[in-house]
Amino acid sequence: MKKIVIMGCSRTGGRLASLLDAEGYKVTILDTDAYSFRRLSPDYKGKALVGNGIDQESLKKAGIEEAEVFIAVTQGDNRNIMAAQMAKHIFNVPRVICRIYDPLRQEIYQTLGLETISPTTIFADMLKKQVDG
Amino acid sequence: MYIIIVGGGRVGFYLAKGLLEENHEVLIIEQNPAIRESINDELGSICTRGDGCEVATLVEAGTGRADMFVAVTGEDPHNLVACQLAKTKFKVPHTIARIKNPKNEGLFKKLGIDVTICSTNVILEHITEEVPTHPITRLMQIRDRDLEVVEVRVTAGSASIGKTLKDLSLPAGSMLSVIIRKGQKPIVPVPSTVLNEGDQVIAVTPSETEESLRSALRGQ
Repeated sequence: MKKIVIMGCSRTGGRLASLLDAEGYKVTILDTDAYSFRRLSPDYKGKALVGNGIDQESLKKAGIEEAEVFIAVTQGDNRNIMAAQMAKHIFNVPRVICRIYDPLRQEIYQTLGLETISPTTIFADMLKKQVDG
Repeated sequence: MYIIIVGGGRVGFYLAKGLLEENHEVLIIEQNPAIRESINDELGSICTRGDGCEVATLVEAGTGRADMFVAVTGEDPHNLVACQLAKTKFKVPHTIARIKNPKNEGLFKKLGIDVTICSTNVILEHITEEVPTHPITRLMQIRDRDLEVVEVRVTAGSASIGKTLKDLSLPAGSMLSVIIRKGQKPIVPVPSTVLNEGDQVIAVTPSETEESLRSALRGQ
């Protein structure tokens, strides 16, 4: 099964890790604060490591060199951008996905070749549709 | 030149001060209102409010016409993103980033940042140069040619003492420019020059042969 490294055990990160783990992926989640791992589901069987995703050593410990997917979902856009580019350009991870709240930054990094998602844009669109009925 | 500085901390402040004295047009982008106020009090209204990683702020700052863009916040990710935006979105010809973690140097270079300054490395280098037995000091880097001007000290016990330069296997491409010897005028070296203990040899060398130049001059 595919190896996936997730950076940031936010609500999104924790939930995503639990979902992927339940489907049988080999998941490792990284966060600088061990307290954030409370967000993982009680059935989570993957790894949870305390470490900084913008530090190459921490990424290596998380198994970035064998990972097929890297996902950056910390609260900081710039941290996500830096870690994602590290995964892509230093560790050659085949698939790298990066959350960027700021829609403008998201667009720019998308054109620079990163796979980016802006929750801001997506959620605003959803709300608008809801209002439109 | 129009130079934009992101981050008004100590580095940003003194950099701006120096550049203003050289008559450059300088703008500092800083988020913290208290820092902004103290900069504007001391240097005149050169500090604007905003996040140097936000496109709107950079548009307002006139980044499109900047000749140089320098990011010196204390956070590596901020400095990286600010410089990348300046480079790719605003086509600033010269971007410089401060780096805290020496391991990030390669990444920044790979991502197109023109110059990186790692404060940790700079401090370490200066301190180790003060150690008397330190064999080599980088005096200057000529970046675009990948050359360095270095000083090699012939310390006590070096096997090269008493030997002529032609007997040493100096790496190709390295050039000895001058030898500084206690109590004498500087000597322009020739193949028959004999090395003495305590000699300071100033040389121009390609970065990759720096190490072999050092061992040749110390006779190792």
